[in-house]
Amino acid sequence: MSGPAPTYGGAVVTARDLPEALALRAQFPEAVVLAGGTDLMVMMEAGQLRPGRVLNLWGCAGLRTISEDGGHFGALATWTDVARHPAVHPALRECARTVGALQIQNRGTVGGNIVNASPAGDSLPLWLALDAVFEVASLRGARRIAAADFWVGYRRTALAPDELLTGVTVAPAGADAVLYRKVGTRLAQAISKVVVGARIRQVEGTVTEARIALGSVGPVPLRARRVEALLVERGLDPDAADAVVDDIAPIDDVRSTAVWRRQVAQRVLRRWLVEQRAFSARNARQ
Amino acid sequence: MHIEFSVNGERREVDLPPMTRLLDALREHLDLTGAKEGCGEGECGACSVILDGEVVCSCLVPVVQVAGASVRTVEGLARAGELDSIQASFLKHGAAQCGICTPGFLVAARDLLDRNPHPTPDQARDALAGNLCRCTGYQAIVDAVVHAEAVRE
Repeated sequence: MSGPAPTYGGAVVTARDLPEALALRAQFPEAVVLAGGTDLMVMMEAGQLRPGRVLNLWGCAGLRTISEDGGHFGALATWTDVARHPAVHPALRECARTVGALQIQNRGTVGGNIVNASPAGDSLPLWLALDAVFEVASLRGARRIAAADFWVGYRRTALAPDELLTGVTVAPAGADAVLYRKVGTRLAQAISKVVVGARIRQVEGTVTEARIALGSVGPVPLRARRVEALLVERGLDPDAADAVVDDIAPIDDVRSTAVWRRQVAQRVLRRWLVEQRAFSARNARQ
Repeated sequence: MHIEFSVNGERREVDLPPMTRLLDALREHLDLTGAKEGCGEGECGACSVILDGEVVCSCLVPVVQVAGASVRTVEGLARAGELDSIQASFLKHGAAQCGICTPGFLVAARDLLDRNPHPTPDQARDALAGNLCRCTGYQAIVDAVVHAEAVRE
């Protein structure tokens, strides 16, 4: 709650396309990057962030596209763009619809959520589960960073100071079972207490690959490696979910407690594994 | 920074620091006080406006990002003294009480109705999930949105 915001006196530089954005990023590596503003404006309004310079990317329309097959996202694609795209994986579309509410989804971007690197970032576990690859670029060239290597510490990413995230690629999930589940105080506008993204691949009834990722349960979004290993070892055993309590490192904070988060993480996964086991058994009989 | 954009179909100009919130540009500099500041952090929807065809929180949009854009505020809903159907429906269904949230609801509802003139109650609730009302309990608002086009027809 406040009156008119104190006037922000810092400079804003605006890029209209990627080459301009990379040149400005190289010139002003200390600038805070502005996409849809849904995180940045809140932090600035609260006085938590007073950047000397802002690099505004919103006008780079070329970075807003989603490929026809739904597998590649420009960093500036909004959550509404994701939710409306018919070929995007249903779990990602569901995730898109849980980001804030419509007003936020219309402005908040895929890249903003990833680079803001909040431990509670709605989409982050899902990118981990889908083995997403993040495309980053600078004047020095382009490179690709696996989602699993991108969040290196609390609100810290693998981006170099002169680099920008330009896009995200996800491999087709095919027939894999994919889960997205955000647990918050209510459906809209809630910051997650626990958020889960998971994917299991089975070949002829055998689990060949498991990706279980969780947010709001540690300083960075985490893979539940013990659960993943158990699923590959034992197949769709709901008891594998119990191991998640040792895979995650939640804390007590304003939204929830560590104990509750461990219980919820375990139950969300267990319930999904029970469903998937039943689904697999039905398919095997047919 | 000199910024030109369209507000309710009219070309407007402001000279403001580039990170000024669109909400402040509208209220303090263009005398359009319909959009309200509730939370100032994108939670309550009272500052909702339609920006290039999408409903947004004007407290989260820096004015540098509206250069050349088209903004529709609650002041732009009524035409030539005649209420928009959603406004008439709010009156008919008693959907406003204290009124602070009402402009945001009207704008968000207009955005929904432009895409889907006959929403179900669930579709209305979903589209309005970003708008908070502490008076009505929402049911009258949902009724007003669901029946808005019936008011016109």
